[in-house]
Amino acid sequence: MIKLKTALTTVALAGSIAAVSTPAMARDTISIVGSSTVYPFATVVAERFGSSTDFPTPKLESTGSGGGLKLFCAGIGTQHPDITNASRRMKTSEYDLCQKNGVKDITEFRIGSDGIVIASSQKADNLDITLEQLFLALGKQVPSPDDETKLVANPYEKWSDIDSSLPNVAIRVMGPPPTSGTRDSFNELALQGGCEDLPAVADMSEDDMEGVCQSVREDGAFIEAGENDNLIVQKLIDDKGLYGVFGYSFLEENSDRLQAATLNGMVPTAEAIAADEYPVARSLFFYVKKAHVGVVPGIADYAEFFVSPSAMGQNGYLKDVGLIVPPRDALMKLQDKASNMPNLAKEELM
Amino acid sequence: MTDQRSQAEIVRQSLKRRYRKERRFRAYGILAIAIALSALVVLFVDIIGKGYTGFTKTTITMEVELDGEMMYLDDATDKKQIKMADFVEPLLQALIKQVPGATEENRDAVRDLLNPYASNELRDMLEQNPEWLGTTQTLTVLAHTDVDVYVKHAGDDAYSIKLSDRQQRWVDQLVEKEVVQTSFNDVFFSSGDSRDPSRAGILGAIVGSLLTMLVTLVLSFPIGVAAAIYLEEFAPQNKLTDFIEVNINNLAAVPSIIFGLLGLAVFINLFGMPRSVPVVGGLVLTLMTLPTIIISSRAAIKSVPPSIREAAEGIGASKMQVVLHHVLPLAMPGMLTGSIIGMAQALGETAPLLLIGMVAFIVDVPDGFFDSATVLPVQVFLWAGSPELAFIERASAAIMVLLAFLVSMNALAIWLRKRLERRW
Repeated sequence: MIKLKTALTTVALAGSIAAVSTPAMARDTISIVGSSTVYPFATVVAERFGSSTDFPTPKLESTGSGGGLKLFCAGIGTQHPDITNASRRMKTSEYDLCQKNGVKDITEFRIGSDGIVIASSQKADNLDITLEQLFLALGKQVPSPDDETKLVANPYEKWSDIDSSLPNVAIRVMGPPPTSGTRDSFNELALQGGCEDLPAVADMSEDDMEGVCQSVREDGAFIEAGENDNLIVQKLIDDKGLYGVFGYSFLEENSDRLQAATLNGMVPTAEAIAADEYPVARSLFFYVKKAHVGVVPGIADYAEFFVSPSAMGQNGYLKDVGLIVPPRDALMKLQDKASNMPNLAKEELM
Repeated sequence: MTDQRSQAEIVRQSLKRRYRKERRFRAYGILAIAIALSALVVLFVDIIGKGYTGFTKTTITMEVELDGEMMYLDDATDKKQIKMADFVEPLLQALIKQVPGATEENRDAVRDLLNPYASNELRDMLEQNPEWLGTTQTLTVLAHTDVDVYVKHAGDDAYSIKLSDRQQRWVDQLVEKEVVQTSFNDVFFSSGDSRDPSRAGILGAIVGSLLTMLVTLVLSFPIGVAAAIYLEEFAPQNKLTDFIEVNINNLAAVPSIIFGLLGLAVFINLFGMPRSVPVVGGLVLTLMTLPTIIISSRAAIKSVPPSIREAAEGIGASKMQVVLHHVLPLAMPGMLTGSIIGMAQALGETAPLLLIGMVAFIVDVPDGFFDSATVLPVQVFLWAGSPELAFIERASAAIMVLLAFLVSMNALAIWLRKRLERRW
């Protein structure tokens, strides 16, 4: 009797483990992962999609662009996400990973732009700065003031030490930590943009140049604030001598209390960022896994919903949340893409 | 004699110093308590001060003429027509009538006072009551978040008011006419997450937390108690059991994020379980709470006096009978207290859930163990990082709800201990 009981329990246990470990569990909710920059926009679309169609509201995880693409490319099957958002373009290495794991057909959507701004309280002195001056203020090693071919540890303490036109206050900039995509873009576009033409790094190999140009000083002038951009905003309002680095949508949200620095003569406006005239602007993307279209209901409808004029048009609701929407003809092309779902080719990424 | 007297003299002389020492020591203790208490007070004042406004919502109540022609709708039971119909227009027209001095020309400015989802509310109401079409109804819809912020926080430096001067005047007048009202925020307790602060609620997170906790409780309590009983009552004392014991104690001190990594590697990658579901969350939190439960259960079993066991054995009870009939009932209060405290710890945990995808934007309230869900602390984390300022008060309100849960769980633990505990 006892033996029978144990045997039954064993079978039941084994059965439940087997049931749990069946990989392809049916899923009727779209699963979206990816960039924290796209997250505020994608969540709005997802919520509206859920409330105005018969499909359930998609689930969104903010994993960062790289993390999202890694999950996205892990394979086909409902335990893997259907769509990933990115605040940069897919790398060829990521494309190869996708191909290797069977994620062959991918459609890319470029949904608009985002700018990174340097802002301060409206009561503070506004910065009107070039990217080169910005690098001199924040780089870990900068060309010596006496001999511009030699690199020294950053000697500048006040903005006015760099150029007398800049405000006479100590350099203190608060920004996102290295794990953030915003920081990656800031390092790449702003700091490297201001540094790569300096004579001191002109002869270096690409890796060495990146090492110098993208290293931020660690003597307290650059303050890392964690991923919470709201905190930076709050600190800026309290402290007049502080400058902060964050995404354009946070500036828009607090436009009555913050002002943005002019970079290379450009004020960050929606128009300047969309036209790529503002120097620290990047494009935002999302990628759709075509093998899941038809398996998980609503994926194609979501893509169409995202690029519809009511969302991304000149009067769309995404504009209200701070997305810099693409111009009309680009939007038309996106809508074609959503209905045809063309495959992304590796050549496009090179 | 003289020697003794001088000793008493020494004692008397040192007495004052010793009393002083004692007084100083007591003062240190009081100071420590005061620091702890003031930290608590600061925390509560900050959270309650920021969050109490999260429990109110701002609504617009007005007479709405549900004109079919205006809405492009002539049959409210037709699903297709409902989908295509314009539900903004009737609300907008009704509001224009209420706003003194507003005309067709300022329609955009007036529309910005309405919640962007107010039209969906109207749609749902009409779907439920198709006979309303063509009638005039008194309806209450949510106001725009900017109106909500203005009504609650006008003049507060921490918030930015986004309404224009004209819109502010309108809202002031509407408040006077009692068209714009604030009331208890039932939306906060009856809906899931939303990107619009005035529509965001914690029901989804509460249900997610309950489902996760249920999985944790069902798994960790029996396993923990069984392990504790075996180790305490049956296991032989040897190197192996010592090793197990040391490891359980070490596990209790392992940072919780490690359990999240383990869950990701085992449950999701190896077993192929879906991401963001309460089952996986519950499994991970089970691993985390097990050591706490085992340790506290063992302590409870140890505190049962040996005389009870000996008495039971003396009248011929088997080892199993001794444990099940005598030791376990007496140790139960201690085990329950330990488990509840372990569960309270698990309820407030975010770090391991980050890795298994429970930190996600989920609007629909979960209705099963395999449905995507978040939990309360994660909801706080998500709201605290949102760009909209109105989420600050929602986050603080959610913290208050979470604290209420934790306090009631701890109170339950104390009550159980007081009620069931026996002293020898």
